[in-house]
Amino acid sequence: MKTKSGGKTIAKIFMIVFFLVLTVLILIPIWVIFIGSFQDGDMLVRYGLNLGIDLAEANLDNWVMLFTNSGSYFTWFFNSVLLTVLQVVGTLLISAFVAYGFAAYEFRFKNFFFVCVLLIMSVPFEMLMLPLYVQINDMGLADSYAAVLLPFLANAMTIFFFRQYLMGTPKEIIEAGRIDGATEYGIFFKLIMPIMKPSFAAMAILNGMNSWNNFLWPLLVLRSSEKYTLPIGLNTLITPYGNNYDLLIVGSFFSVLPILILFLCFQKYFIEGMTAGAVKG
Amino acid sequence: MKKFLYSKKAAPYVFILPFVVTFAVFWLIPLVKSGIMSTEKILPGQETFIGLDNFTRLFGDRVFKVAVMNSFKYMIFTLILLIPIPMFLACLVNSKLVSGKVSGKIKGLFKSSLFVPALTSVVVAGTIFRLMFGEMDTALMNQVIGVFGMEPVKWLKGATTGFIALLTLACWRWWGVNMMYFLSGLQSIPEDYYEAASIDGATTWQKFTKITIPQLKPTIVYVLTISIYGGLAMFNESYMLYQGNNSPNNIGLTIVGYLYRQGIEKNDMGYASAVGIVLLVIVLAINITQLVATGTFKKEEDR
Repeated sequence: MKTKSGGKTIAKIFMIVFFLVLTVLILIPIWVIFIGSFQDGDMLVRYGLNLGIDLAEANLDNWVMLFTNSGSYFTWFFNSVLLTVLQVVGTLLISAFVAYGFAAYEFRFKNFFFVCVLLIMSVPFEMLMLPLYVQINDMGLADSYAAVLLPFLANAMTIFFFRQYLMGTPKEIIEAGRIDGATEYGIFFKLIMPIMKPSFAAMAILNGMNSWNNFLWPLLVLRSSEKYTLPIGLNTLITPYGNNYDLLIVGSFFSVLPILILFLCFQKYFIEGMTAGAVKG
Repeated sequence: MKKFLYSKKAAPYVFILPFVVTFAVFWLIPLVKSGIMSTEKILPGQETFIGLDNFTRLFGDRVFKVAVMNSFKYMIFTLILLIPIPMFLACLVNSKLVSGKVSGKIKGLFKSSLFVPALTSVVVAGTIFRLMFGEMDTALMNQVIGVFGMEPVKWLKGATTGFIALLTLACWRWWGVNMMYFLSGLQSIPEDYYEAASIDGATTWQKFTKITIPQLKPTIVYVLTISIYGGLAMFNESYMLYQGNNSPNNIGLTIVGYLYRQGIEKNDMGYASAVGIVLLVIVLAINITQLVATGTFKKEEDR
């Protein structure tokens, strides 16, 4: 009995050490870019990032440059914020609207259209991006934010999630609304939207993260530098001829900060949102 | 008109209208167009029907073969690395063995920090990893192997070492998210199952194989599906690690990378569309096979 509990304590200590070591390993890349932001960018690109920092060489030059003389950086930053906000608000509103249609009514072709939702979820976007790009050009939307936003406002994954959530809504609420003389749309906006609130947080995070970090699609459709988002803008700093590695390092770190802070405040919703895909109907 | 739009009969169609329009304009038309373009030779202002020539050319294309091989290799390795290990970690986090106030805090810290990489964009993560896998002996990864007495490696110049860098990046970014999937799956398994098994004298291993794995099956199938999709459609990671779409000897070229090269860089939309169609067929074929093999379709029918 005594040896058994002794063995358990050892196992416990072993596991705690294991968790701590893994935590440290996982955070290393964040740490190296953080200390990198106090070092000379050209040197980092030549010598690579590592754990050490020569305190005699460390300085705040990059940070000063970021806030005083970083060219388009904060334009990109603002663009990313704007696009993320528009995408989240638009996607939640429109996808919830659509999801309610699927959840609350019986109508012809309902199953057909719902299969279309599932279909979109299983076609790789990368496969469609070229024809979609041609389509956007044909519509005269090239180099516009409409091109970045529009194709994803009625987002299949978000519709699917909201529909699952709404399936549990008692039909009495809807009936009561009708008796009170509300229109079909009034019922959605006044009665249903408020009760959907808990499910909004997770989807806001999922869509917000996707939008903030979105790279390939904006890279294709955005042409002019003043419209770039952060990932695209940072990417333009990495050219064989570029010499703005200072901004690349400090700007990369700074671009993670807002999300990191939001994550620390709303951890539960982040985890819920980013693992929402596994919620099965 | 207004009265009709507000009727109970028309309302559902109004509700789903945004989706139907999106589906038609941004998915169906491009998809059909993609099919048509794959049978054409497309020059500026001139489209000629050439039948299946793009496809026959594609199947004889050596570079395309390299791209397909790379994508498959990447997918298979990510399946090996991104499913069992996060599942194991989730079991550890979930286990009763490590409980109590202090260990609870440490577990919380571990969960949160494992999740942090998923918050970084591929641009930032790729930049960090490119510089950690730098060529000089001062780059972190060369320092690490230096501890074991190995000479500095030009990681991104070699096929195997470049692959190691890509896979390390994938593990770093996705272990946390996948662990969370498994953790929420584990937490939904009723405690009674394990208690009943304990009474029957089951060992930990038996409990794992007879209770945990079967109960986790929906989660495993889901993670498998998105990993197959994500692995075969990988492009961004390689693009960032190699500072663009050109890696030495195409060691980082993927199917989507080839699609991007043909369609955007060489402006050969017809040929690129053929690459896209092949990608679609591969992804759907593998995922349908996988879903049939794991019995997911059957289960849906039983309900």
